Amino acid sequence: MPTFETFHMPDAGEGLTEADVVTWRVAVGDTVEVNQPLVEIETAKSLVELPCPVDGVVTELLVAEGDTVEVGAPIARFDTDPGGEPAMEVPGGVSEADEAVPSVPTAEAAEQEAPAPEAESSGAVLVGYGVSAGSARRRPRKEGALEPVGGAGESSEYPVLAKPPVRKLARELGVEITTVTPSGPGGLVTREDVEQAAKARSTRALTTYDTNDDQPWLESGYSSDGGRSTRVPVRSVRKRTAEAMVKSAFTAPHVTVFHTADVTATMDLVKRLKADRDFQDVRVTPLLIVAKALLLAVRRHPEINASWDDEAREIVYKHYVNLGIAASTPRGLLVPNIKDAHRLPLHELAVEIGELTSLARENRTPPGALAGGTISITNVGPLGIDTGTPILNPGESAILAFGAIREQPWVHEGEIKIRWVTQLALSFDHRLVDGELGARVLADVGRVMSDPAQGLVWG
Amino acid sequence: MSTHGPLSEEGLVRLLSHTGERLDHPDFGRYAADLDPVRLRRMWHDMTVVRAFDQEATSLQRQGELGLWVQAVGQEAAQIGSGHALRPSDFVFPSYREHAVAHTRGVDLPEILRIFRGLQHGAWDPAAHGFHLYTLVIGAHALHATGYAMAMARDGLVGTGQDSDGAVVCYFGDGATSQGDVNEALTFAAVNDAPIVFFVQNNQFAISESTTRQSRVPLAQRGAGFGVPSVRVDGNDVIASYAVTQWALQHARSGAGPVLIEAFTYRMGAHTTSDDPTRYRSHADEAYWAERDPIARLEAYLRSIGELSDEAVEAARAEAKELGRRTRETVKAWSRPETATMFDHVYAEPHATVAAERAWFSRYERSFADQGAHA
Repeated sequence: MPTFETFHMPDAGEGLTEADVVTWRVAVGDTVEVNQPLVEIETAKSLVELPCPVDGVVTELLVAEGDTVEVGAPIARFDTDPGGEPAMEVPGGVSEADEAVPSVPTAEAAEQEAPAPEAESSGAVLVGYGVSAGSARRRPRKEGALEPVGGAGESSEYPVLAKPPVRKLARELGVEITTVTPSGPGGLVTREDVEQAAKARSTRALTTYDTNDDQPWLESGYSSDGGRSTRVPVRSVRKRTAEAMVKSAFTAPHVTVFHTADVTATMDLVKRLKADRDFQDVRVTPLLIVAKALLLAVRRHPEINASWDDEAREIVYKHYVNLGIAASTPRGLLVPNIKDAHRLPLHELAVEIGELTSLARENRTPPGALAGGTISITNVGPLGIDTGTPILNPGESAILAFGAIREQPWVHEGEIKIRWVTQLALSFDHRLVDGELGARVLADVGRVMSDPAQGLVWG
Repeated sequence: MSTHGPLSEEGLVRLLSHTGERLDHPDFGRYAADLDPVRLRRMWHDMTVVRAFDQEATSLQRQGELGLWVQAVGQEAAQIGSGHALRPSDFVFPSYREHAVAHTRGVDLPEILRIFRGLQHGAWDPAAHGFHLYTLVIGAHALHATGYAMAMARDGLVGTGQDSDGAVVCYFGDGATSQGDVNEALTFAAVNDAPIVFFVQNNQFAISESTTRQSRVPLAQRGAGFGVPSVRVDGNDVIASYAVTQWALQHARSGAGPVLIEAFTYRMGAHTTSDDPTRYRSHADEAYWAERDPIARLEAYLRSIGELSDEAVEAARAEAKELGRRTRETVKAWSRPETATMFDHVYAEPHATVAAERAWFSRYERSFADQGAHA
């Protein structure tokens, strides 16, 4: 008889407590094999593919893409014996199969509760062509049953019967197959059913957007207010960004100081390094120099490189610099950091920055790079912005905003000259950093940018 | 003395090129002379089956059935080649990645997973297999192995010219060569002429740390400083790995003292399932070594001499699949052992303190009304 197995979120590393569900590789009703790709999860933002644990048919996906799931929580159910005899003969077609479900209040029974076998159906979803017409019909949903993944809560508790091309069509049309009312033999969802559902949906204006849509921010949203707006569930990186920013903005009192600097010498240095044979393998940009300048400033004022431990009522001064660099990635804003950046010579720093940005761009930022930052830089210049008042990365006490570098009239050695000028801004946590310290750090950054040779004096 | 760095491929003993052409070697070629196609096919088969097991175990970890798994993918040739050179009279001290060696010693592969499911510290009888339990502390077993080898010499199991002569093979990785224990073991083994072969699988990474951060010179060169004859072999070449191990074992069994083998290989997988190697190595690097896959190399050779049929490949694939299935079923059927069994092997002989502690622990477990001792 059909045998149901539940798959629980495993600990894919050592000691992880939760993971985000990124992409289901299977759908309800799919026939699956042991070790075929089942689901992609994101553990602390690294992607891991989990292989399917059983041979059988997927009966339920208990968590939706984007959900954060605790390790150990059930995430999917399978029927591992879909071709088996039904648990109980149900006469005449209309199944009252709920009664066939054991009502013993044990965990095992609860696991078996949701999907009950269809009378006379072969049970095997994708090979169920032999089922006689009208032998089964969809049962009403049970109150309080675990909500399987589906559109707007309209979903089945047990496998949906549909042929693979029909499933494909449903996916293409953006129709959640579990929401389709079947008209075919044996409760089979037909091509017409799917098309009907797609049509009905378009009149309801329920929208799902593809990733490649020209409005990617609307992905997985649904229409509201009569189509005048779209509501998108907050997920994954967006959710984490929001949590981190709220936490930071409302626990650390932020102060931002500004400084405009003549960085012509920095631009000359960038040019020289670009031509330097030792730097041929890396990208030399003003960001590299500002990173180095910040590292030098931290070295002169190590007390800025600290964090506030509210629980312990202690300030943690760090004797290393894990330098965060805010990066806009396809998955959203991330702040990966370069470990022990204070130890790196300029060339290695350039290598690390290059690596960090290319990984971020390719969406391959490893989880380790996102943890343990001590101070950060946000480079708003490439967007043409002069500067901003950045919000601290939680757990850090300072963040430097680096604006656009423009040619501007500037008083240089008593004359008005065209010079390269930029604006720097430093936000800091006023609980542990006073205005004077923040100002000194920012002034030092500006000093090195204006005169990189100063780095020699301080380095 | 070589000026090449620790990752140089200069001077590696190699009897099979990475495209599968058979090569000769003036010193070591003859030690592979007894490898006829039947034995080579056996080696190929072993490597194939062990890799399938390895992949199954990786999947089981991802499905939450194992706490951790340590992949050996890419290191099969070094392990199967050396393992096939062993005799029943030899004794192996593995670290924790020597699944293929375990297979050559008759350990049923799924049994290894008891450790990684957290059920037992070791799941086989070391004496029965001539294969010690896995040691997780890096390099610690090099001292145990040296002591064992010295004892074998004292027991007269070395240098008689009989088949009963044996030697110890101690496996460890490149990272372990930086450990004090390994260096102490080499010192003791050298001055005592211990019948031991130190078999370093240099898979190029101590977790994430490159061998270039552990040594300026090829690891095999370290042997000279201890007065231990050393050889550096292409660890992705199963024939050469076999040949140098044959030579080394004959040397050690004859009573001539220890040998150091560095098998230069590449860990194609992660350090463990908790590791993400994309953090510290490039795709180009991985692609380079994928072309040097030890199994593909032997397969190419066997096919080129007409000694590997499609049927044999199919049969091996079927057997590998069956092993995967059996592994999965075996692992899932294991229940949690009684916690009191952790006292079983603290001492070989009955011990009063352990008995008292076991009794106390049993009482303690029974004191929980709501939960059995091993619920």
